[in-house]
Amino acid sequence: MARLTEENVRLAREIIGRYPKARSATIPLLHLAQEQDGYVTNEAMSHIGELVGASSAEVFGTASFYEMFKFEPVGKYLINICGTMSCALMGAEELMHHAEERLGIKMGSTTADGKFTLERAECQAACTEAPCLQVNYRYRYRVTPDQLDTLIDDLSAGTLSSEIPAHGVVASVRQHIPADRGVGAVAPETVTENPVWLDGKAAL
Amino acid sequence: MTTIDTTDTNDLPPQDPNAVSITINGRTVAARKGDLIIAAADSVDEYIPRFCYHPRMSSVGMCRQCMVEVEGPRGPMMVVSCMTPVADGQIVRTDTPQVKRAQEGMIELLLANHPLDCPVCDKGGECPLQDQAFSHGAGESRFVEEKRHYEKPIAISELVFLDRERCILCDRCTRFADEVAGDPLISFTQRGNNTQVMTFPDEPFASYFSGNTVQICPVGALTASPYRFKARPWDLEQRESTCTTCSVGCRTVVQSSRDELLRYQGVDSDPVNWGWLCDKGRFNFQSINSDDRLSTPQIKSGDTYAAASWSDALESVARVIRHSREGSVAILGGARGTNEDAFMWGALADAVGVTMRDAQLDDGLPESVFSYAQATIDSACAGGTVILLAPDLKEELPVLYLRLRDAVQKKKIRLIEISSHETGLTKYAWKSIRAESGTAAGVIPMLLAQADVSAQLSSGPVVIVAGRPNLAESASHTMDALSAVLAVAPSASVLPVLRRGNVRGALSLGLAPRNGNDAAAILEASAKGNVDCLILLGADPLSDVADIDLARRGIAGAKFVVAIDTFLTASASHADVVLPAAAYGEKDGTTMNLEGRVTSVVQKITPHGTSRADWMIAVELLTLLGHESNFTTLSDIQDAMSAAVPGFGTTTTAVAIKRDGVVVSVAPPSSAPAATSVAGPRNSYEFRLDLSRKLFDRAIGTITSPSLANLATEANVFIHPLDLDRVGAAEGTNVRVTNSHSSIVLPVRASSSVPRGTAWVPFNQIGADVRELIRRNESIIDVRIESM
Ligand code: SF4
Ligand code: SF4
Ligand code: FES
Ligand code: FES
Repeated sequence: MARLTEENVRLAREIIGRYPKARSATIPLLHLAQEQDGYVTNEAMSHIGELVGASSAEVFGTASFYEMFKFEPVGKYLINICGTMSCALMGAEELMHHAEERLGIKMGSTTADGKFTLERAECQAACTEAPCLQVNYRYRYRVTPDQLDTLIDDLSAGTLSSEIPAHGVVASVRQHIPADRGVGAVAPETVTENPVWLDGKAAL
Repeated sequence: MTTIDTTDTNDLPPQDPNAVSITINGRTVAARKGDLIIAAADSVDEYIPRFCYHPRMSSVGMCRQCMVEVEGPRGPMMVVSCMTPVADGQIVRTDTPQVKRAQEGMIELLLANHPLDCPVCDKGGECPLQDQAFSHGAGESRFVEEKRHYEKPIAISELVFLDRERCILCDRCTRFADEVAGDPLISFTQRGNNTQVMTFPDEPFASYFSGNTVQICPVGALTASPYRFKARPWDLEQRESTCTTCSVGCRTVVQSSRDELLRYQGVDSDPVNWGWLCDKGRFNFQSINSDDRLSTPQIKSGDTYAAASWSDALESVARVIRHSREGSVAILGGARGTNEDAFMWGALADAVGVTMRDAQLDDGLPESVFSYAQATIDSACAGGTVILLAPDLKEELPVLYLRLRDAVQKKKIRLIEISSHETGLTKYAWKSIRAESGTAAGVIPMLLAQADVSAQLSSGPVVIVAGRPNLAESASHTMDALSAVLAVAPSASVLPVLRRGNVRGALSLGLAPRNGNDAAAILEASAKGNVDCLILLGADPLSDVADIDLARRGIAGAKFVVAIDTFLTASASHADVVLPAAAYGEKDGTTMNLEGRVTSVVQKITPHGTSRADWMIAVELLTLLGHESNFTTLSDIQDAMSAAVPGFGTTTTAVAIKRDGVVVSVAPPSSAPAATSVAGPRNSYEFRLDLSRKLFDRAIGTITSPSLANLATEANVFIHPLDLDRVGAAEGTNVRVTNSHSSIVLPVRASSSVPRGTAWVPFNQIGADVRELIRRNESIIDVRIESM
């Protein structure tokens, strides 16, 4: 899709200002891009590179380290069903089959209308509440097939939109930090290339 | 006068405050504070296995292969020797069972993910992984599972292939691209078991230095298209030599098999290239193997050439020289040959009274640039300020760009750049100002008078890098700019960056113009019918002289043209006699780089066809012209050269030249100082033409190297985005570029690297030839640009 919008470029500059080095803002900016388009586009990565002074390849290298950045379009709602031990024992497989049937797609794919993507996830650290899933990283615990149906209905009807924003939105409230309180106020020449603990020392 | 720079001095200061003494396997080793254990061990040939460590790059500790034991307060501990500095009294062991276990374990882990397809891998036989698996591995693997698989090699650029299965993630290629080349176009992507080196989608690893990653990859993950599947390392023979593609003079090894050049590899010469090469210098060996090379002498009869014997061809040349009017023989070129070639041609010129000679083609600077205090690459990079009055070094002298960039990155020097458009070094410059062509000398006094600039200049040594930035601007403007800087910083030294491989050697050893009769004057004389015999010694004025009209008139006006070249170039095809010349790699000798550093170049293969070294041709002609000549071998010439040119002393004899060569200073005959030119103000409707070179163009050595031939781009005219609006043309559409001499049509591109009012056209690319607009008697060229 696209580079960052004008409004997002303004936000991006504010975010960059919080860090002593522009590059440190790479990940927050990737979230911004994912919020804008629902996934991280190549154009957005190049644009972020320009903003933080990195090459597109470096931005891509950083972004692709993280599972939660998507480089291809995903549905408005990304449903991650946990398939690790506790959840598996408590019926995750059945839940996945049910989800596949209900949405008419396989795990790992997206519905034709672009609404839902199904993914199998590793342990989501909610083993006591197995089987669990996340919609756009918002938890649902001890999910039964019926509850999953209701969830999908609600999502389709838009009744949950205040609680679960579209994929890519990290938080519904955006933090603003006044420029004078950003670390960016540090003089750039006092910032060293290596972490402080590495300067002139060895990493044993 | 002559000075020989000897870098070997035995008198170390008595007490080095940074001296550290450590013990490695019981041996006492002298090191310096900050040295890494692995480097200290290397200095006494205690080999510690390694993959990611590279002495010319920062340590990253990626591979953990270099673990050693260091005696600590609580007994021996394992440390990564490429990340651990030495400390006084440190006790290091590299051969204990613990160390061995660690080394074997690392190898086993690396091999678990490695395809072991050595029999079909280019690296097999010279592979650090293969070698160290034998020397430091357990010999057995416990890994029985299926290995990971990736699509076999994928092209990450026009030149480089990546086989991800073989990659051991040492971070050498990615570190090189970022740290050394400044082109971070490859990066680790993904994570864990899926980690792989990759470019950004659809953005290839188009770095001018990409070949170095292939050389330093410790496995066969990166391969270069010109060498893939061409030979096995054990079939290669090699000799150490010097690249003469440009005047940096990078040290190389020339490798061949069955009398065919197959590869050049960089060799680490501390004062010059640090092991790096640019892709043009690395891969243009292909042109030497080209089928289009000239292989026999040819004599023109009518419109066609007939193959001739050497004796007939040489006799016809000698006859023409004999019958030429006094002072009507001219020699152009020589900068592509060796010192010995230049010396012999200079001797021939002296013997027959040739007053017209020039090793440059009106595209460099007058030789008076050698008469200032001279700098070296090392002295420029050592500290202080470097002032660039030069072309884009990344494009023209790539490894010099690497050295200067490195010095800036390490905060050793500050760059001040005065240029007519942004260059590869602009983003590393402390100050970079745009001065329209013809105006640099005028802005320099103001720039250098600024308080911070003058404080910077007085804080340390100043080196001026001087070359010809714009072929559409007279050299006198650069010389004026140079004088303007020297007026402010009189103790500054100068690093002349004339571009052709051995231009400094040729100018210093007999092919410098006499009495101001430079290439332009020679061509002008020829155009007037005053040249009876024009000898093109590896020179192609029709392709290289900026004033193409002058070149055409000059070639056409010569009564007889002799071309001594490796290819039938544009100019050679106008010659009456064409003599095939032995190319680089086909003859021994010495060369001189831009610093005046003399190093050896070597013969590795038999000359193509019946081609001969330039010096042999000169010797033959000398004899045919009735001059006594006792030159039969190269060393005869070297002896004569040492005697005739005191600066050389014994440096040219093969034994005396070690890897790093010797810097000599031989002043070429002083030329009349160039007349200063004053560039009139530009009419505000016009653009000032800026014609400069890119690394890859249609130069003969590039287009005859198949792997480089496609890297030249379409000719374009680049103007500032606001100027594009003003002209009213859309990006990429054709515009008419016009002045009173001619008019050409080129696609126009917007570029913010170009200041307003400047029209930048890269030289010699595919498309219309902007040289039609250039006349050298105008010191700058203004043009109009109109949309069509
Ligand atoms: S491709 Fe070669 S140099 Fe690059 S990380 Fe892999 S093994 Fe190292
Ligand atoms: S920088 Fe010049 S000398 Fe060095 S490899 Fe490239 S062309 Fe050859
Ligand atoms: S196993 Fe599903 S949340 Fe831990
Ligand atoms: S060589 Fe030391 S960790 Fe790789």
